[in-house]
Amino acid sequence: MTYKRKDGRKNDEMRSPIIAKVGIVPNADGSAMFQIGKTIAIAAVYGPKKMHPQHSQNPERGTLRCTYNMLSFSVEDRIRPGPSRRSTEISKITQWALDPVVMLNNYPNMVVDVHISITQADAGTRCAGINAAAMALAHAGIPMRDMVSSVAVGKMDKTIVLDLDKYEDSEFEDGEGSTDIPMSFTNNGEMTHLQLDGKITKEQLKEAAKMAQKASKEIYEIQKKALKESLGDLK
Amino acid sequence: MIKTPYVTGERIREYLQENKRFDNRKADEFREIEIELGVSKNAEGSAKVKIGKTEVLVGVKMSVGEPYPDSPDKGNLMVSAELLPLSSPRFESGPPKFPVIELGRVIDRGIRESKFIDFEKLCITKGEKVWTVIVDIYSINDDGNLLDAAGIGAIAALKNAKMPKFDKKEGKILYGEKTNDSIPLAKEIPISITVHKLGESLIVDPTREEEDISETRVTVGSSNGIISSIQKGNETSLKLEEFDKVLDIISKVERDVFKKLEKFLK
Repeated sequence: MTYKRKDGRKNDEMRSPIIAKVGIVPNADGSAMFQIGKTIAIAAVYGPKKMHPQHSQNPERGTLRCTYNMLSFSVEDRIRPGPSRRSTEISKITQWALDPVVMLNNYPNMVVDVHISITQADAGTRCAGINAAAMALAHAGIPMRDMVSSVAVGKMDKTIVLDLDKYEDSEFEDGEGSTDIPMSFTNNGEMTHLQLDGKITKEQLKEAAKMAQKASKEIYEIQKKALKESLGDLK
Repeated sequence: MIKTPYVTGERIREYLQENKRFDNRKADEFREIEIELGVSKNAEGSAKVKIGKTEVLVGVKMSVGEPYPDSPDKGNLMVSAELLPLSSPRFESGPPKFPVIELGRVIDRGIRESKFIDFEKLCITKGEKVWTVIVDIYSINDDGNLLDAAGIGAIAALKNAKMPKFDKKEGKILYGEKTNDSIPLAKEIPISITVHKLGESLIVDPTREEEDISETRVTVGSSNGIISSIQKGNETSLKLEEFDKVLDIISKVERDVFKKLEKFLK
């Protein structure tokens, strides 16, 4: 029996709408919003600026510092404001996802702060956060060798599907259950972030990775378009 | 983070003596107000409020818990605020500092004391189960006057809210199934307005630069002319004549702001 998606999407179809926008926080050096389905993330970049406290400074290169934060009312059961073990981990994962593309060699002892807030959550928040963060970094003019685009793949029972929604991520329990695999790719096709929760075979995982990589290109185009639009009529 | 430079402050004060502001507003004039409702669908109610470039996001969540022993038949209100580091280079993560705590408390009192929420209607079983209304305020961009933006946001989000279903047997809230019932609210909308004193001038809705050189401020929460909460902030004293002026400004501005809000809050 094959898995049929509740919302009628094809297995390799992302949620819609996918909306990307930059320049949403005037105070920030760069900022962006990324929405996929009902999940909305916003990100703001401040820096490069001097790293405080001093003992955290790296004299060899600048530091990328990411903070992932969920607004208390972004989920059904209100979460306590402030950092949690989960948000601390996702912050680090986000930094690892973006670090390979940001070029901070020329900014010793400096830090680039990336603040991410999830304003509405419906699964896939870390991927949306990474997508918004990558755009915000580009919008801030931070030197980057590539873009980063993030999407989750998953396995529902035995079927590989793209971009799990909340039901698929946390409620589906039939057969082999649900496996959630958030991934991030550079436009060059390199993987910068990978996590997995569930059960999957090697072959299925390979298939899933290919599907995610392909989808990441679609996201890349949307990010690029939003960034270009922010430049207006500059020609 | 660098504050507004001294010379800029001087310039702002000089200008104000000639009744001028950098953005051409009058002393008692608010910037454009924009409200968007229902911006976060998992919240019972939510609102995005922009005053000029200042922006806040406010969400309302409902939960069920035991009432306080001194009000067994009344629901509860909880207001908290967070100044996101995302919204300004001045805000840092870490334990809440005084301005955030004050922000939450001033908004809390503005709502509570105006009797905007009918807490008795939020009682489910006397002495056992009552609704708690939780209002969470987040700054998205700070260009001054977060206080008034937060107040407007809280009211807008409360008006936007729909009660979730409560399963009495299971004692569980079914957040997915919103009812058509609004939170029991009074008709009169409480508005809180802050007047700032800069040199000899009194102004409302300061930009970031203006707020930086504000010497003292008075926040007044009132609905339809009836004052129900006040907070004076910062060290500088206020002459009684100035205070009279503050109150006059507030009753005028309250009406102006109310007019601006009306179309969004129908």
